Amino acid sequence: MVPTNYYLILSAILFGLGIIAFVFKRNIIAIFMAIELMLNAVNLAFVAFSQSLGKVDGEVFVLFVIVVAAAEAAVGLGIIIMTARTRRTLNVERADLLKL
Amino acid sequence: MSAALVIFFALAALAVIGSISLIIQREPIHSALSLIVVMVALAGLYLLMGAEFVAAVQIIVYGGAIMVLFVFVIMLLNAGEEERTNFSKLATFAGIPLALAVTGFIAAAIVHSSGALPAAMPKGALTDTRTLSTLLFSDFVYPFELTSFMILIAILGAIVLAQREN
Repeated sequence: MVPTNYYLILSAILFGLGIIAFVFKRNIIAIFMAIELMLNAVNLAFVAFSQSLGKVDGEVFVLFVIVVAAAEAAVGLGIIIMTARTRRTLNVERADLLKL
Repeated sequence: MSAALVIFFALAALAVIGSISLIIQREPIHSALSLIVVMVALAGLYLLMGAEFVAAVQIIVYGGAIMVLFVFVIMLLNAGEEERTNFSKLATFAGIPLALAVTGFIAAAIVHSSGALPAAMPKGALTDTRTLSTLLFSDFVYPFELTSFMILIAILGAIVLAQREN
């Protein structure tokens, strides 16, 4: 059996890589994917705790996180399409005004 | 070294390599494919832990629906190679220490509190999907209904945002 700590440390590593991707990437779609990576890392920690403590609550939370991620992807990608149309770029450096 | 440990390290290495590849790749479509690799590896880890339903949902919703949406948008906007700007070099000096600090802090907290958690998974028992659904529709029924409203609002938002202005 794999110790729970291994899963939690893997989750921390994936979250850290998600932060690095979030800070490094200049493409708005890649930044969005970094957010998805961080959500996945948190899901891994949820399932590890759920299995370790023998309670199913953590897995229900994971289902809710996945639903929220799906809704977020739909709205976020809509926003990305709109900004890409008005600014003609996907680089976040060039989108430095709040108005369109 | 038991078989479960070998499978864990193989899948963990796959997930970490996929995440690093997501950072290194310049083309957004390559980053998206790397993210799919990470998600499939995580689904394998869920199966290893015995969370079969979550593993299936991870593949179907994350690897299927959400990533297809990403790939569609990348193709729709014809997203090419990302350009590097001066701020990226600043991110090198600020971002890496930040991420390492966060990761180290979390890992240190986990190692420090390792005695508090039960050391191993239950004896290979798969989580009963019936238990999961009973819990979802009894204790968590109000959050469940709220998420359905949230999805409705997200659909409306996506339609309003993505329609062409006249």
